[in-house]
Amino acid sequence: MRVLMFGWEFPPHIAGGLGTACEGIVKGLAHNGVETLFVMPNASGDEDQSATTILNASDVAVQNVSSTVEEFINKVKFMYVDSNIVPYVDPDEYFEAIEKMRKEGLTQTTVGFGQKFKFSGKYGANLMEEVSRYAQVGGTIAMQHIDEFDVIHAHDWLTYLAGIAAKELTGKPLVVHVHATSYDRGDEKHIDTRVLDIETRGMLAADRVVTVSDLTRNIVINKYGIDPAKVVTVHNAVDFSGRENIEVERGVRDKVVTFLGRITFQKGPEYFIDAAAKVLKRTKNVRFVMAGSGDMMNRAISQVARLGIADRFHFTGFLRGAEVQKMFALSDVYIMPSVSEPFGISPLEAMRTGVPSIISHQSGAAEVLKYALKVDFWDVDALADDIYALVSYPALTSFASKEGYDEVNELKWNGATAKLKKVYESLL
Amino acid sequence: MKKSVCLYFQVHQPTRLRSYRFFDIGKDSHYYDDFANRTILKRVAQKCYLPMNELLLQAIKASKGKLKLAFSISGSALEQFDRYAPEVIESFKALAATGKVEFLCETYYHSLSSLAAPSEFQHQVLKHKAAVEQYLGVTPVTFRNTELIYSDDIARQVYDLGFKTMLTEGARHIMGWQSANYVYTAASQPKLRLLLRNYGLSDDIAFRFSDRNWTEWPLTTDKFVGWLDQADGQIVNLFMDYETFGEHQNEESGIFDFMKALPKAVLAAGHEFVTPAQAVKNIKPAASLEVPDPISWADEERDLSAWLGNELQQEAFNKLYGLKEKLAIVNDPDLWADFGHLQESDHLYYMCTKFFSDGEIHKRFSPYATPYEAFINYMNVLSDFIIRLNYAEQQN
Repeated sequence: MRVLMFGWEFPPHIAGGLGTACEGIVKGLAHNGVETLFVMPNASGDEDQSATTILNASDVAVQNVSSTVEEFINKVKFMYVDSNIVPYVDPDEYFEAIEKMRKEGLTQTTVGFGQKFKFSGKYGANLMEEVSRYAQVGGTIAMQHIDEFDVIHAHDWLTYLAGIAAKELTGKPLVVHVHATSYDRGDEKHIDTRVLDIETRGMLAADRVVTVSDLTRNIVINKYGIDPAKVVTVHNAVDFSGRENIEVERGVRDKVVTFLGRITFQKGPEYFIDAAAKVLKRTKNVRFVMAGSGDMMNRAISQVARLGIADRFHFTGFLRGAEVQKMFALSDVYIMPSVSEPFGISPLEAMRTGVPSIISHQSGAAEVLKYALKVDFWDVDALADDIYALVSYPALTSFASKEGYDEVNELKWNGATAKLKKVYESLL
Repeated sequence: MKKSVCLYFQVHQPTRLRSYRFFDIGKDSHYYDDFANRTILKRVAQKCYLPMNELLLQAIKASKGKLKLAFSISGSALEQFDRYAPEVIESFKALAATGKVEFLCETYYHSLSSLAAPSEFQHQVLKHKAAVEQYLGVTPVTFRNTELIYSDDIARQVYDLGFKTMLTEGARHIMGWQSANYVYTAASQPKLRLLLRNYGLSDDIAFRFSDRNWTEWPLTTDKFVGWLDQADGQIVNLFMDYETFGEHQNEESGIFDFMKALPKAVLAAGHEFVTPAQAVKNIKPAASLEVPDPISWADEERDLSAWLGNELQQEAFNKLYGLKEKLAIVNDPDLWADFGHLQESDHLYYMCTKFFSDGEIHKRFSPYATPYEAFINYMNVLSDFIIRLNYAEQQN
């Protein structure tokens, strides 16, 4: 079994969780005897290729391959480069990108046949342009390697057009993998219709749609109108191999309850703050930390000040690399009150560090984590109850910590990709 | 008509906080950005304090003592001079030795304690009085509160602390049809004399001097003395930050030349200079002034909104002063010193979110990119302070 896989990023150079998931998937597939050719827009050369062969789309010249594809590409290249709603972008980078676009103005360019295109492979302002170019280059790569794969697999909307092009050219089956949908990125009034359009085209053209949770599967079926028979859930896993938990010296003696992630509407920061205020009314020996940045951060700070809990509720700003591990290590309870979360890998990271977690039912992770405490994101009283219990009752805390640690160590990509392999086999 | 011209310059430098992260809480209790504080102080000393002090000293001598003026130097600034630029203190001493320069009293930490706790306010006023005596060898008799904050309630406290004169803002919404160019008394304490800032003429120098879009630019001494001639009343109070000279208005703007020529021009036109203490001796009060709600010299509103206008500022203020009783029980000198520095009004000023009318000025003086960052950093420091305080309380 051989798979041509289209991704957007791959460790070590990653901006979001997609690259990490892709690495776990190709390694897991290799373990299950599936070979992958992994195509990405801009490989750096220092990716770990032990489990896959990486093809760099920036090295490939576009060729005039067939008339049907030319027609497809003609449709693609009319996409403009003025997207303001771009997923996964780090908020700081996002504002810079928007500012830069305003200053420079917008230009539409198309790549000519026989030319190479240097992809940034980032989630920047010219994302739409890169996505359509990636489709052109993706078609070319598929033809060049036509004898080397049985199935095409495309990760998230960024790569769907490349997947479609590859399928149209080679006639081989296409799997699209939904890690997130437009409905998780913002409220319905502000959805970028061009992204929605690409998502829908990808799912319709696919022979199978893989979703990271049943929550996402329901969205794919109900919001995108995809035939339930071809939508399969393969829950995410996490690769903790070679990871040592770090030791940190704690400065505060109080229990620390942490929220870590982008401070945006869909992550539910205001429910965390309201719950914190309720807990602080009952016990003083606890501190709350909101780690991360995002467009709701200033509003969150004002909310904390208004509630009069700013001496017990701290903000760290955006955390990088080792600081994230440090923050987990300093925490006693981890909270993910997401309003809509396709999966949500962060509670798994917390539990791997031995930190008991409370997560919302509105997250994909809630479907697989038995030993996380679960509440509805809007149920602030329940969230406050659970936080209070975890900081007050050591028996519960040590149980959730120990069982949670064992549980997440069992969530391996080897199991998830075995399921993925069955999906491929059903198409041949 | 002959006017008494009363010059008073405010000297203050905040004790800026270092970037203090959540990870530092409970581990590292040094809160101050010593490098920035030293660098900024040395720069301002070179560009403003030293050259301007020398200019004024020469002008006093040249006028044969007819040039008189007043300074107020916050305790936080005095501490920094002592540590980083003792020559500045020497140059203020030289001015004091002329006998023509009055030094005013204020809250030691340039704080808002007058709005928070009478006992803390009293403590800081007396601490500042002692510091002025120690560093400059003179005993202050006139009071100026932080940012010229004033109310009937504060007036009572100031009089009870032994001061007969106080400076504040001639705020339009308080004055109504009355002119700031007279001496007033406090409605709550008729024995306390008030000198009110003439904000028009003060800001012509402090804010508009180098503004090329200003219709009166460039400002000359002839023009300025002409406005003094035309002014109503008996006294013109020109109150401004001392950093106006060489910092806010740079040397290239000609501000030093202007200030060098101004005393001669004022005296030649038949006006006189007075210090605040002399002014209230020479001039009889014209009326009594009622100020139920606090006023200040800041921003368009002339109220407290620059420091306590939003919920971030109120939260920080309330959390800080909520610690007072515990501090009194613990009574530890290191904790008192940090408590003092954390009271500096500048920390609250950095959290101001009034972006539109006066936001530019706020931004210029803030070491933080946003008011939210200022708040986060301050609360992190305060959280560590509270841990130390609680620990000290347990040890007792």
